[in-house]
Amino acid sequence: MLGKLTWDAIPWDQPLPLLSAGFVGLILAAVLVWVVIKGHLPYLWREWITSVDHKRIGVMYCVLALVMLVRGFSDALMMRTQQALAFQAPGFLPPEHYNQIFSAHGTIMIFFVAMPFVVGLMNFVVPLQLGVRDVAFPTFNSVGFWLTAAGALLVNVSLVVGEFARTGWLPFPPLSELKYSPGVGVDYYLWAIQISGVGTLISGINLVTTILKTRAPGMRYTRMPIFCWTALASNLLIVVSFPILTGTLAMLLLDRYLDFHFFTNEAGGNPMMFMNLIWLWGHPEVYILVLPAFGVYSEVVATFSGKPIFGYRSMVVATMVICFLAFTVWLHHFFTMGAGGDVNAIFGIASMLIAIPTGVKVYNWLFTMYQGRVRFTCAMHWVIGFMVTFVIGGMTGVLQAVPPADFQIHNSLFLVAHFHNVIIPGVLFGAFAGYTYWFPKAFGFSLDERLGKVAFWCWFVGFYVAFMPLYVVGLEGMTRRLQHYDQPQWHPWLLVAVVGALLIMSGIALQITQLVVSIRSRQRRRDVTGDVWDARGLEWATASPPPLFNFAVVPNVKTEEPYWGTKQKARELVRLSGEPVYEPIEVPRNSPTGFLTAFFAFFVGFALIWHIWWLAGLGLAGAYATFVVFAWRDVAENVIPRDEVARIDRANRLARTLALEEQPA
Amino acid sequence: MNKHTYRFSKTAGEYSTLFSMIAALCGCSGILDPAGPVGNAERVILFNSLAIMLAIVVPTILCILGFAWWYRAGNARATYAPHWAESGRLELIVWSIPALVVLFLGSIAWISSHELDPAKPLSSNTKPLEVEVVALDWKWLFIYPDQNIASINRLVMPVDTPVHYRLTSASVLNVFWVPQLGSEIYAMNGMTTELNLAADRPGTFLGIAAHFNGDGFADMTFETQAVPAEDFSRWVASAQADGPPLDEAAYRALLPQSSHVAPYTYRTVTPQLFDHIASRLFPAGDGPDLAQRDAESAEFADARAR
Repeated sequence: MLGKLTWDAIPWDQPLPLLSAGFVGLILAAVLVWVVIKGHLPYLWREWITSVDHKRIGVMYCVLALVMLVRGFSDALMMRTQQALAFQAPGFLPPEHYNQIFSAHGTIMIFFVAMPFVVGLMNFVVPLQLGVRDVAFPTFNSVGFWLTAAGALLVNVSLVVGEFARTGWLPFPPLSELKYSPGVGVDYYLWAIQISGVGTLISGINLVTTILKTRAPGMRYTRMPIFCWTALASNLLIVVSFPILTGTLAMLLLDRYLDFHFFTNEAGGNPMMFMNLIWLWGHPEVYILVLPAFGVYSEVVATFSGKPIFGYRSMVVATMVICFLAFTVWLHHFFTMGAGGDVNAIFGIASMLIAIPTGVKVYNWLFTMYQGRVRFTCAMHWVIGFMVTFVIGGMTGVLQAVPPADFQIHNSLFLVAHFHNVIIPGVLFGAFAGYTYWFPKAFGFSLDERLGKVAFWCWFVGFYVAFMPLYVVGLEGMTRRLQHYDQPQWHPWLLVAVVGALLIMSGIALQITQLVVSIRSRQRRRDVTGDVWDARGLEWATASPPPLFNFAVVPNVKTEEPYWGTKQKARELVRLSGEPVYEPIEVPRNSPTGFLTAFFAFFVGFALIWHIWWLAGLGLAGAYATFVVFAWRDVAENVIPRDEVARIDRANRLARTLALEEQPA
Repeated sequence: MNKHTYRFSKTAGEYSTLFSMIAALCGCSGILDPAGPVGNAERVILFNSLAIMLAIVVPTILCILGFAWWYRAGNARATYAPHWAESGRLELIVWSIPALVVLFLGSIAWISSHELDPAKPLSSNTKPLEVEVVALDWKWLFIYPDQNIASINRLVMPVDTPVHYRLTSASVLNVFWVPQLGSEIYAMNGMTTELNLAADRPGTFLGIAAHFNGDGFADMTFETQAVPAEDFSRWVASAQADGPPLDEAAYRALLPQSSHVAPYTYRTVTPQLFDHIASRLFPAGDGPDLAQRDAESAEFADARAR
């Protein structure tokens, strides 16, 4: 009846995961009870869960990322503590538990923190910057988000029911084959990533179509904001590379479930094929994450330097060059395979080539500040912290592109330090900059700047204290993923690294405090004009939070920075341009399709992990039925009447007019 | 095992003193304190590449901080050019700087990839010692085909003699790494890789499995001993005189997963054992024994309680 699932699947003998999961479960239950008692459930269902509004979906992606960041970080803290304690000692985590933790840490941070964060920001911002009312496929978009959430849920369920993979964040065969990993851990990993991977692909298709096909009139490619360009590049990479991931993991699933031999030691399988394929996805994935963050930096640095971005055409070319080169460098992840001088040198040089457009971007941000008026807001702190730290990470990366240098640091903690040195400042700082910068756009009030800056300093200093020691122990020959070690010279550095992790923890705690404090004092922080930063992009031309339809009248774009131009003109004349002619607006209807599809997909995944075949069949049937019901709907859109559109827009125009009249002459 | 003293290397030229001082400062025993020509050459490449990039990176960081500070909104003396956002000349420079660095580094990468290709024999007048390496769960088997002996978890080699390794895995993917000698290389099931290393001073060096390979990963280390030639001959003679023979049955006995296996030697080796493993004629490791794993968990809990 329940396949392999028995009471023994719950790790009764391991108090740590049970306690933490119980704690999280209690909090979740409390929140749920509060929501039900206060009567918020219908509101949540109507306005968020079934919403197909790209802004709401974008916000939900970011919430998912922030929640999973806490989970992923607690894994990191446990790893750092273990390595600090486990000098000539067993530490507090046995290998089978420690191995799950580093696997979960990597999986969660990449797939369920970094990915949803950047996808969320793109979902929220791109249609606003393009001057359009929605994405190309609103309901499809909702399906994509909820599938990602279902994958995240599966990973968390593995904490209490069964186990998670113990094979690292990429499950290299043959270790991940049934013979060497007979438990359900690898299956949890595979189904969670398969389900969320489909979600990401959906999101990618949706955003590529949105950018290519639904821009505002006059928004030529050469007038698109840099963030939209980076979003285009990133989503093109998603569309091309995620099918590779899905295909590769599907082959591993066939090995594990149906006794195939793609990657096994026996019957002609070739594990190195997995390594080639997974990095053919894995390296573009790096740019999928970092390109949108580069876009965020471009927006923030221009706004807070009071200048347009320097070298727009160079930025666009650099973005697309990175997009293309992303597929030419995967082999640098295994120079030590022994492929020979020619192959290694060619892939090494190809990897270095990516440093050229990346370097150009750094210099362009630099020259955007040049002769500008730099305002040191919290978002700008993240940008400058990123630029300084990222060039160091980039340098150690190029170092490893020299094959003989890589021969001595591959798989060492030097490598671990390097990729954290690019992903934390590159992606996470970018996500935080975007979060701080666009938060007032999403909610109509801004986050507390002072707490935000203190949080930044904790992260910034914490990063250096946590990861610089890892560079050193890497050079001292320490490999990654060691549950314990006997070398006395590594120990002090690993003690220092824990201090860094604790500093980062304070940063996260301060960010949570910042959010709570800002929400509680939101009346005081209200921004009625919709342009709290004196910014430049079209997203600031509408109210904060933007109305359901984004723009009362779709903007007609004539320059690179249409909103900035309009704003300057209004400032000169001390009045807005004449009131437009309002029309009724059609918006897509809410739909539970996404939520239901993911609900069924979760049970399909869970059932397949535990071999509960009837439940898998039921789940698939449910998902299909959901699709059929959606496809046969009669009404797809609601109409917002003209008066309502006019009322909403006039309120914002009034606030902007008042702000104009108050401006210093 | 870990000498915290530094010594002057014979081959690293003028960098030697500086590197050794850095090595001494951080108490290094790893790749900054190499004990062989390959490790030395790789350290030189590492530091050269780093120096080339630092020449660009340091000024860039200073510019970032300097520009941000000088052009701060409150600075009345700074120029403000709100429309200046394009300069073909500057953009050319901006593309050229990283391009030139990459041209330089790319040349280093091309030349060094060929010179330090792990499969390339080292130049030496001495005939290389042949060693065949088999990665098992979770121990290392070193076969000396010419001496017809084998050793578990201890690699012994004569100083100043090139060693030619052929590597495979009788289990999952593994990486053979002696940081002080140089160049990691994969050991893969069903495949053979080649590596050439040498030690230019006697010593005991840490050998590591550098790719995660399951629960016994942290303990899959081995001792590398570089000894004078006469000591090596003596070790070979004693190994040939003592220990069990490594035949097919003895090989199969190595397949179950086990950790903390104390080093020992085999007095003879069945012919072509390495080739039979690499060609998958002999089976790969068994994988986990679940009952044994549970027992080990209990043991860990006891150890922690103590």
